[in-house]
Amino acid sequence: MSFELVYQYLVSQSFISGAWMTLSITVVSLFFGVIVGLIIALLQGLKFAPVNWLTLIYLWLFRGTPVLFQIIFIYNVLPTFGIRLSAFLSAVIALSLNEGAYMAEIIRSGLQAVRKGQRTAGLALGMTRGKVMRYIVLPQAARIVLPPMGNQTIGMLKTSALVSVIAVEELLLVANQTASADFRYFEALTAAGIYYLALTSVFMVGQYLMERSLEPKKRRGAAPRSLMSRLAGKANPKPVAEEGP
Amino acid sequence: MKEPKLIEAIGVDKQFGDTKVLRNCSLAVDVGETVVLIGPSGSGKSTFLRCLNLLEPPTGGDVFFEGRNITSDLRHADRIRRDIGMVFQNFELFQHLTAAENIMLAPMRVLGLCTADAHDLALDLLKKVHIPERSDHYPDELSGGQQQRVAIARALAMRPKMMLYDEPTSALDPEMIREVLDVMAELSADGMTSICVTHEMGFARRAADRIIFMEDGAIIENANAADFFGGLVNERTQRFLDQILH
Ligand SMILES: Nc1ncnc2c1ncn2[C@@H]1O[C@H](COP(=O)(O)OP(=O)(O)OP(=O)(O)O)[C@@H](O)[C@H]1O
Ligand SMILES: [Mg+2]
Repeated sequence: MSFELVYQYLVSQSFISGAWMTLSITVVSLFFGVIVGLIIALLQGLKFAPVNWLTLIYLWLFRGTPVLFQIIFIYNVLPTFGIRLSAFLSAVIALSLNEGAYMAEIIRSGLQAVRKGQRTAGLALGMTRGKVMRYIVLPQAARIVLPPMGNQTIGMLKTSALVSVIAVEELLLVANQTASADFRYFEALTAAGIYYLALTSVFMVGQYLMERSLEPKKRRGAAPRSLMSRLAGKANPKPVAEEGP
Repeated sequence: MKEPKLIEAIGVDKQFGDTKVLRNCSLAVDVGETVVLIGPSGSGKSTFLRCLNLLEPPTGGDVFFEGRNITSDLRHADRIRRDIGMVFQNFELFQHLTAAENIMLAPMRVLGLCTADAHDLALDLLKKVHIPERSDHYPDELSGGQQQRVAIARALAMRPKMMLYDEPTSALDPEMIREVLDVMAELSADGMTSICVTHEMGFARRAADRIIFMEDGAIIENANAADFFGGLVNERTQRFLDQILH
């Protein structure tokens, strides 16, 4: 194998924009996935039967079919109903909706983990339900959901490779195209692998810093889970979908 | 002219499904009065308190606060609750906030105080409950007695017109009960109107103007403190007292 070629691939325009595309898809889908998840989780808390049924159907559809199917479906089937979307947009919509179904579950269990008495105490102070949710429940739930959400982030980065099937020029597609043009599979895929590892490492460090900053000040000395054990992929106390959806 | 009572419950009923938890409960409390509420477990004491600040809407009867019927329109219940502080058996301090931040939250988010004013208020109130040095500690770094005093300070931060205490010392170790009861007695002596569910008869003797006895969701006894401690109580109340005093 030629290290020189690997390096050239790494700094080539097509690989850089492929990595950028992978990063954009991941970040944008994650952002909307969290929003969808939060909305679903809050709707489920309403205890209004028709709304609960709708959210259940949503979860059933998106958790019961492969994400690859959802990507292809949105890209290929929606145009027959006159909805024409770019490949990037289709990818982001599919991944966001899929991620939302998983985030909803994580956020819902985070909200439920906040003791009921905490809400009652907020209400008793004259706060409205909205303020109790925003200033008392969500901040406490955020700490609980951060570790599983971090895992979802890493999972999303890896899942984003699937959108190569609808010809979004992300990292894996670029590597594959380059490799088959030059017949240098080893070098091209090594370059892609290096980008993936670099991106997941950056996310893990980010997750680690965020978990630390959400801990109350006094505990900032002691790390929640050591960075080394994260990078080595050592199991969480409670592993949640390491591979993503 | 007769002044209206600060809070008055008239014929309050509460039903959860088919179970009647409160039956026709009436109670009027004057400004500055301290009322102690006693009764066996499950008699509806907590539910009654929660009906007074509309955490549980009564299923029958009315509650008047400063002469206004507050049960007729529950949409503004949050507005009423600003004026009625509540303290819980399990403290329920906000776990993600320090003692000072617990106290500052509602004044800032509900009344719109700025951070500096809210912080001054918090430090004042922590002095009032005798723990000025704990302002930057998180709830799990405080003893039970300290947590409950922070919880009292948190309720006082809204400048309530009255306080409701639901068994404020029953989750505490004996050596901490005193420090919490002292704070409550001081507040009562300063004229804070209070309704307190407690079986600490020492506190009742020291601070109460009136004692209420509840059983099976009904108010059986409503006696002024002098009569009550003079032994002028009905026979069911006496039986209950014999139980808790032995
Ligand atoms: N949300 C609820 N749903 C159904 N039943 C309830 C509910 N809250 C209270 N109850 C019932 O109402 C009755 C009175 O409860 P409450 O908590 O008011 O009693 P209490 O006098 O405060 O008792 P304790 O001394 O144990 O605190 C109990 O039988 C209880 O099971
Ligand atoms: Mg109770």
